Amino acid sequence: MATAHSRAAARIMIAPATVLLLGWMLIPLCMTLYYSFQRYRLLTPDNRGWVGFRNYERFLTNPAFQDALINTLLLVLGVLVITVVLGVLLAILLDQPMFGQGIVRILVIAPFFVMPTVSALVWKNMFMNPVNGLFAYAFEAVGLQPYDFLSQAPLASIIGIVAWQWLPFATLILLTAIQSLNSEQMEAAEMDGAGPIQRFIYITLPHLGRAITVVILIQTIFLLSIFAEILVTTNGGPGTASTNLTYLVYAESLLSFDVGEGSAGGVVAIILANIVAIFLMRMIGKNLDA
Amino acid sequence: MGTITLEKVTKSFGDVQVIPPLDLEINDGEFVVFVGPSGCGKSTLLRLIAGLEDVTSGEIRIDGRNATEVPPARRGLAMVFQSYALYPHMSVRKNIAFPLRMAKMDKAEQDRRVENAARVLNLSNYLDRRPGQLSGGQRQRVAIGRAIVREPAAFLFDEPLSNLDAALRVGMRMEISELHSQLETTMIYVTHDQVEAMTMADKIVVLQAGNIEQVGSPLELYHRPRNTFVAGFIGSPKMNLMSGAEADKYDATTVGVRPEHIDVTPDGPWQGRVGVAEHLGSDTFIHVHETGLAETLTVRQTGDISVRHGDMIRLTPRQDEMHRFGADGLRLE
Amino acid sequence: MARAITPRRKAFNTALAWLIGLAIFFPILWTFLTSFKTEATAIADPPVWFFFDWTTENYSVVQERSGYFRYFWNSVLISVGSTLLGLIIAVPAAWSMAFVPARRTKDILMWMLSTKMLPAVGVLVPIYLIFRDLGILDNVWGLVFVLMMINLPIIVWMLYTYFREIPGEILEAARMDGATLKSEILYVLAPMAVPGIASTVLLNIILAWNEAFWTLNLTAAQSAPLTAFIASYSSPEGLFYAKLSAASTMAIAPILVMGWFSQKQLVRGLTFGAVK
Repeated sequence: MATAHSRAAARIMIAPATVLLLGWMLIPLCMTLYYSFQRYRLLTPDNRGWVGFRNYERFLTNPAFQDALINTLLLVLGVLVITVVLGVLLAILLDQPMFGQGIVRILVIAPFFVMPTVSALVWKNMFMNPVNGLFAYAFEAVGLQPYDFLSQAPLASIIGIVAWQWLPFATLILLTAIQSLNSEQMEAAEMDGAGPIQRFIYITLPHLGRAITVVILIQTIFLLSIFAEILVTTNGGPGTASTNLTYLVYAESLLSFDVGEGSAGGVVAIILANIVAIFLMRMIGKNLDA
Repeated sequence: MGTITLEKVTKSFGDVQVIPPLDLEINDGEFVVFVGPSGCGKSTLLRLIAGLEDVTSGEIRIDGRNATEVPPARRGLAMVFQSYALYPHMSVRKNIAFPLRMAKMDKAEQDRRVENAARVLNLSNYLDRRPGQLSGGQRQRVAIGRAIVREPAAFLFDEPLSNLDAALRVGMRMEISELHSQLETTMIYVTHDQVEAMTMADKIVVLQAGNIEQVGSPLELYHRPRNTFVAGFIGSPKMNLMSGAEADKYDATTVGVRPEHIDVTPDGPWQGRVGVAEHLGSDTFIHVHETGLAETLTVRQTGDISVRHGDMIRLTPRQDEMHRFGADGLRLE
Repeated sequence: MARAITPRRKAFNTALAWLIGLAIFFPILWTFLTSFKTEATAIADPPVWFFFDWTTENYSVVQERSGYFRYFWNSVLISVGSTLLGLIIAVPAAWSMAFVPARRTKDILMWMLSTKMLPAVGVLVPIYLIFRDLGILDNVWGLVFVLMMINLPIIVWMLYTYFREIPGEILEAARMDGATLKSEILYVLAPMAVPGIASTVLLNIILAWNEAFWTLNLTAAQSAPLTAFIASYSSPEGLFYAKLSAASTMAIAPILVMGWFSQKQLVRGLTFGAVK
């Protein structure tokens, strides 16, 4: 399968994809790096110049940065924990014999296909609204004060919304993995005297290990850059209570028109994402050998 | 035309040389079989000829023209793969016509050739089926059909029968031989099965670890194996090889005698105890132990002779069928 | 598992699963129902479930007032365009990696995956400025390009895993039959990989349709797709629940249907073939 001809052809054929991706990655990256050392505000574009690490200083000492960092972590971890734990339980349930399994599957997976802006708006207005939202009615019905989710617990509310969007993904992947579990293995364990909980711990969970790593990897990629949900529901507020790194950089660069500081923030976001990525790729690199 | 010449051809994968320098001449119209144990490099050699792999050094000439650098599509060779490699999404007709379509032959001529090939191969009734709807033997015929329509300089077969069951294999063996005598085109055929090699070939190339051990007609190989490897590999059951005192008598390091060249006689010079006796009806294979010559001697007797497990028997080798080999394993004349 | 379970156990499973399934699906169902209510019934206290005067008025209002179809059309252009463009670039690359693997193939694949980890916001500023300077801010084709780049690694990965399942001997046979590289890919590989290519296309259309970072930041009035259209309902129109619901239903319906059809492929696609 490998002759000089085919190898040469292969190099040519792979070139467009790699060159484009390389360009897509490197050019903006270098520009971000370049701007991050410059004074560059879109409102006063002529007043440009080198400022050394000033932008980084300002971005990193900005109290909002610390909040954003913590919020980002909470958001990612919160959603991961919820989706993985519920996902495993739900996958096990859906794997059991039942009537209408296919339909339940369809119901469960649906939220994944809802665009982020829609799910954020629907949750914000029709459920979490303290006056007309469905939750407000429910609270009143049982004699409680309506709760203003998005002002009282903005981050938790957003975590809830995002978890709702990603639970289907985790469930679907874990269900697929469970279904590939050899039932003879389960029966052997049963013959060996393992009870349902032991079977879960010693057979099911290890079998799901790979799928869970994959879920964590993929979700982390997407969760680190949650944006639309915050933009639509809270605009990062109140204050910085629900601002994550992505949103903070967006606010700095496109709302405050400060290209310099926004870029510094972008570089910081990239560095942090890379730390996570290296960690994740290590964890999963060998697992991906499909 | 279809002469193929390999000159000092080598092939390495990384640091591993799988084919040491090798010369081979294949004449027009010959049926050449590459045979050897698995991993001997016979398939690699075929793929080098096909152009699916590059030679590391050396030259391949097809009809006198240097084809070393020519891509497979333009070498004018056709190949039948072990898995048949039919295009699953095309009908039989389209499969067979594919090389013609690639050669941009006109439609009427394509149809004519496909119909022709289908008739020769008994596929006329299946032309509109998909490969998935065919039996193994029929798929094999489609693969052959696809090869013959383009009238190649030579056919390359890569273990084409290994996926068929035993009965079908014998049938297809005959068909391919038949085809060869009809077309008179050069065929190069790779197999690990020495029976296929013996029954089909004009010329057998025995390979081991990338080396050519011997090239010759089936009977040459049978009667005059060049070394102990060929002696042991060609012929079934295998030739009995003995060293030690018996070999010394013949002034050789190793002597060999084929099972069919040993007779059970009341007064033979060798004696031993019968282990397993396989009664095939037409023949009887007797495995004899405790002969002091080799661990087991295999003896082939025509017809059914009554020996039982544990019997002591005496054996006589035919002196004119003894093969002598030197210390280097090569045949002594 | 092929083992008998008690009917009671099965009934319990069924009830529990349906309950959870409906709970998860509920927001979508509620949105769908609300889209057929009048604004008054939409906020009625207590909430009205099925028995109200169904009206399709909201849908026509949404189309009339905000020109829904323009956004819909932009979404179609962006998602389908970026996917097809990506396919043209990814098929040859995936062919190379699947059938002529080199020592670096694995590294290239991992590197492509790692570009997905680059946070979009890290390159927001330069992309925004480049687009502004090229005058393609708020331009559909600019977005097509961006989303193509975003999803290219996924397309390559998916195609790669599908191609690897096709026996190389068949492509070699095509080569022996005199096929050029182009014919080999066009007449042999592509038709055999149709199911894989179809799922790749489907998944990427879904991803592009729902992409809500670049589509929100690089568009304004002209090229805004449905994500941006819905975001514009943030306030104060968002308080008109019935119209918000109608707009939302229209925005998610097509992709929901596609998504349901592609469940299986989704798993494989989104996990880069690690889970099948």
